[in-house]
Amino acid sequence: MMTTANARPADALRADDRPVSTRTPSAGARKIGGVAGWVDDRTGAAKGVGYLMKKVFPDHWSFMLGEIAMYSMIIALISGAFLTLWFVPSMGHTVYDGSYAPLRGVEMSEAYASTLHISFDVRGGLIIRQIHHWAALMFVVAVVVHMFRVFFTGAFRKPRELNWVIGSVLALLAIVEGFSGYSLPDDLLSGTGIRAMQGFVQTAPVIGSYLVYGIFGGPFPGEAIIPRLYSAHILLLPAVIIGLFTAHILLVAIQKHTQYPGPGRTNDNVVGFPVMPVYAAKAGGFFFIVFGVIALIAAVISINPVWGYGPYDPSPVTAGSQPDWYMGFADGALRLLPGWLEFTALGYTLSLNIMPGALILLPLVYVVVGVYPFVERWITGDDREHHLLQRPRNAPVRTAIGMAGITMYSVLMFAAANDIMAIKLHMSINDITYFLRTAFFVAPFIVFWVTKRICLSLQRADRNKVLHQRESGTIIRTPEGAFFERHEGLSEYERWKLVDFEPVAPIQLEQRVDANGVEKPLTGKDRMRARLSRFYFKDAVQPVTPAELAAAHHDGHGHEAIEAGEHAGSVHR
Amino acid sequence: MNALAARRRHPAAIGILLLIGLFLMGAAYAAIAPRPAEAAVSSATQVDEGKQLFLANCASCHGLNAEGRATGAGASVAGPALAGVGAAAVEFQMGTGRMPMRAPAAQAPRDDRIKFTEEQITAIGAYVASLAPGPSVPSEEAVDPARGDAVKGGELFRVNCAMCHNFAGAGGALTRGKYAPALTGVAPKDIYMAMETGPQSMPVFNDTNLTPEAKRDIIAFLTAVNEEPKAGGFTLGSLGPVSEGMFAWIFGLGIMVGCAIWLGNKAA
Amino acid sequence: MNEQDTTRAGDVLPAEEFGAEAVRLDQGHVVGHGGIPEVFQNPGLPPHAPRTTDLSEAAAKRAEKQVAALFALSIVGTIVFVLAYFLVDIRATTYVPGIGVMALQHLLLGIGMAAALLGIGFGAVHWAKTLMPDEEVVEMRHPMRSSDADRAAVVQTLTDGGEAAQINRRPLIKYTLGGALGLFAVPVVLPVLGGLGPMPQKSLSLTFWNGGPSGPGEEPTFTPMRLMRDPENTPIKASDVTIGSVFHVLPEGLLDLEHGVLEEKAKAAVLLMRLDPKDIKVQKEIDWGHQGIVAYSKICTHVGCPVGLYEQGTHHLLCPCHQSTFDVTQDCKVIFGPAKRALPQLKITVDDEGYLVSAQPFREAVGPSFWERG
Repeated sequence: MMTTANARPADALRADDRPVSTRTPSAGARKIGGVAGWVDDRTGAAKGVGYLMKKVFPDHWSFMLGEIAMYSMIIALISGAFLTLWFVPSMGHTVYDGSYAPLRGVEMSEAYASTLHISFDVRGGLIIRQIHHWAALMFVVAVVVHMFRVFFTGAFRKPRELNWVIGSVLALLAIVEGFSGYSLPDDLLSGTGIRAMQGFVQTAPVIGSYLVYGIFGGPFPGEAIIPRLYSAHILLLPAVIIGLFTAHILLVAIQKHTQYPGPGRTNDNVVGFPVMPVYAAKAGGFFFIVFGVIALIAAVISINPVWGYGPYDPSPVTAGSQPDWYMGFADGALRLLPGWLEFTALGYTLSLNIMPGALILLPLVYVVVGVYPFVERWITGDDREHHLLQRPRNAPVRTAIGMAGITMYSVLMFAAANDIMAIKLHMSINDITYFLRTAFFVAPFIVFWVTKRICLSLQRADRNKVLHQRESGTIIRTPEGAFFERHEGLSEYERWKLVDFEPVAPIQLEQRVDANGVEKPLTGKDRMRARLSRFYFKDAVQPVTPAELAAAHHDGHGHEAIEAGEHAGSVHR
Repeated sequence: MNALAARRRHPAAIGILLLIGLFLMGAAYAAIAPRPAEAAVSSATQVDEGKQLFLANCASCHGLNAEGRATGAGASVAGPALAGVGAAAVEFQMGTGRMPMRAPAAQAPRDDRIKFTEEQITAIGAYVASLAPGPSVPSEEAVDPARGDAVKGGELFRVNCAMCHNFAGAGGALTRGKYAPALTGVAPKDIYMAMETGPQSMPVFNDTNLTPEAKRDIIAFLTAVNEEPKAGGFTLGSLGPVSEGMFAWIFGLGIMVGCAIWLGNKAA
Repeated sequence: MNEQDTTRAGDVLPAEEFGAEAVRLDQGHVVGHGGIPEVFQNPGLPPHAPRTTDLSEAAAKRAEKQVAALFALSIVGTIVFVLAYFLVDIRATTYVPGIGVMALQHLLLGIGMAAALLGIGFGAVHWAKTLMPDEEVVEMRHPMRSSDADRAAVVQTLTDGGEAAQINRRPLIKYTLGGALGLFAVPVVLPVLGGLGPMPQKSLSLTFWNGGPSGPGEEPTFTPMRLMRDPENTPIKASDVTIGSVFHVLPEGLLDLEHGVLEEKAKAAVLLMRLDPKDIKVQKEIDWGHQGIVAYSKICTHVGCPVGLYEQGTHHLLCPCHQSTFDVTQDCKVIFGPAKRALPQLKITVDDEGYLVSAQPFREAVGPSFWERG
């Protein structure tokens, strides 16, 4: 592995690259060697560390989305450790006597009282609490957007399917971790959330009520749920998340980062900046930027003002009872599901008006997300390693599927805010609910179609740009009196970005013959695969070839050439 | 004029023209629109004066004798019967600009453009109170937040009010376009009268349900919550996790992606 | 991908197709494939464009000062933080435009911290962008898979290990080991599962209205209970409940409990309303009420939120969590939203002193559905 850094393969691509340094170590370097040498004598770490420091990372803003997630998680860990010093995870009763006057003398749990204590009586307690909560929200936001980036650029393809699955599990755990933390202060809002969670669990067929009594240690709310959620929130889940996250990062290091297509970038190289010094400064600096932005938000924007909600009590409730945004899609599903889906037979109740949204949806979403790479791979039959990303427009059907999925998710998420929309947009909550019920089924198809058309149009525009260059806006009059618009040429670097993708066509069914020359019948699986392949690739737009470009140059108009690739797609294999 | 003519194709021209047109329309409407009746003859008693005002401004919906009027469509009413609602209801509905309603709607919104003088509202109140006994306008002392207990008020508020009006009094949605309005910036007297009379969708909290002292405690709590310093900064409307999530997506993510783009761009 | 030509038939179209098509299109100006390659070739990295800081020492100096200024800002931020921590009173407030009056120490700590962090962050990135080398470096990739020899060696080691351990030759060991490994988790898992909580028994179907505490194993016997105001804990006279009123009610004695107040509240909370009996459309509702005064469970039959939003005009009850809407004139049947079952009614009457009392406990389990509920 060490050879890669020293081999200086850049020679092949650019002649004027600086030679790799072969200087003897300076006095300073020898000194560090003295300190670090002790460690290296005992671990042999120099080799690995040296390799890591020379590792190359490609530069693109969208590659920082994962880093936002990682850094938000670290910030949540740091601020969370601070909070544990004062938070009391107990539902024991106490009477508040802290400095927040409107609650003084009110009976509450010790968890809630200690949260008030952190907010009002610990110096810097509220800023850390708000940093913790904002970091948690940003963590899940960044995880989701990072997944979007990986999905739409095809970065999940071989060899990264495994890391995609790890990432999906991480995303699911992040949500559970968030919910368990949101519930800890034991205020009226989070208590209502736990109450709803109890209702969800209770609807599990056969074992529901036993599950509830197991989770809550008896009847709801009991005194066990906060300590139990606490141990999950600060011990079990973080341990699993950090373990999986380490595997996630290690796989990125082993497989090396993907990169966008561009001049000089191939499937066999990584073009970017080495960790030492550029990436260390950029990525390290970015940690401070993310932390600083979260601190700034926490300084001026209030989040989860627990003192306003009051202590949890099963009798009161507040208007606008919502979970944090990442649980919104499940809560929204519950708001949209109609009541007639509950059935009673033979003395048993099956609540299909609750279960799909509350118990099934959450894991289902992540199972669907997790298996997607394997489904796509089966359809394309593509067994090669991919390290060059795809521009989303160059995989129109995948992009459209992704957008349709996001639409479904968003409809559910917005449904969770239907009451807030009703008061802020002056609409009827019932109309909003009816509209979103319809939108859940209709909107994904519309979005699929629109996205696919947009992708195909963008691809055609790319072809057009390559074939006819850029319209300069300059009109030239020939001596004969004819007019034409001058087209400016693309440099070969600009052109490469537009043509560097694979021509694709659907799989064709073909009678197979076994070793003895006997025809094997086509199976339903084959037909299915061919159908899906047609669905993915039947109207694929192909990249411009040099011959087409030459043809277009000879033929001044050549509009057919723009379309040519499209029809060429459906022939032979 | 030439300068004007030259600018007539300016992109902002249509907008400016529209604005001028709307302003002229508004001015013309203000000039010819029907005005609330002026105070009746001074010799009449307050009740008579109120009756005159009622007939001129309220009777079209509430009936000539305040007996209420149906719209003719199902059980819906143009205006409910007013016997027994008391002077407090009139004072609340007209003093907050909810009545007279400007247009048929799911609910009459609060409106700071109050069209009647205090004397006129008091007169109509006196007339409505003369129809049947009902709650009267509370004294200054009864609604003085300084005399209430905010802690007790908070407990009462959370059980009786928060499910509609939200934990911080930011308001909430009801069915079919109706809503519980925000309680910020509402005068203590109006809060008291709303509890007492149960305007529109709101249930009645009579003096046996919430005693006058309990009502004053609730007012004290709302005043305390309104006036307390914002411990953690801007409250995002006190709407709970929805506004916080929106902020994280739009501003939190927006700022960080902006920084990432700057980071990934080559320096000039 | 163009480098890696292990294309499989079926998904990658042979590039000749495009060549052929294009040649036909240009109507003979280009004959055959000639010197035209099938696909475009990667032009390699574009020439490096130097930055202003590479070209001018003045610009580099300027960048250096900017980076230093950002690092200095960070130091100032930390100083602000420390000063605010020690010198500003935790209860001091300040007016901030757009926010209102807010806690001063919180604001200064946050701003100081943000400046301390952002100064370092922006400084480091600016440094990297302007002064550190910006020529891109290329690192080669290698296929992920190990060589066939390495793979075979691993399999061989495994088989050899199995052979050496004689696992296949000694089935007794194989099967007992399998059994032991299959069972060893039991001592770990059993105490966890067994100790989580008690069995629910009947407690999900009972409430405090049945006559007292209704936890697992407790079988209260019914006695009429007064309806008490929540949270004042005072009894309610029938005459107190005027039309349009709503009372939040708990059973008598619940708030006096030593333990389990919240657990009982979570099942026993009741909403009391008075309607004009003419408006009530269900006879049972009138019979179980008292002169139009009716009491219904406040616990939503969907997932258990308190259904507290009573619209006195329409007599609808709305749950704020998922918007299930119940019509009080129709025995609280669901008219909108995700709940299926009507809210259970509590039969009430008045006692000798005119106070409202329960006449019987709830006839069905209150709150969210569960499997054996029936």
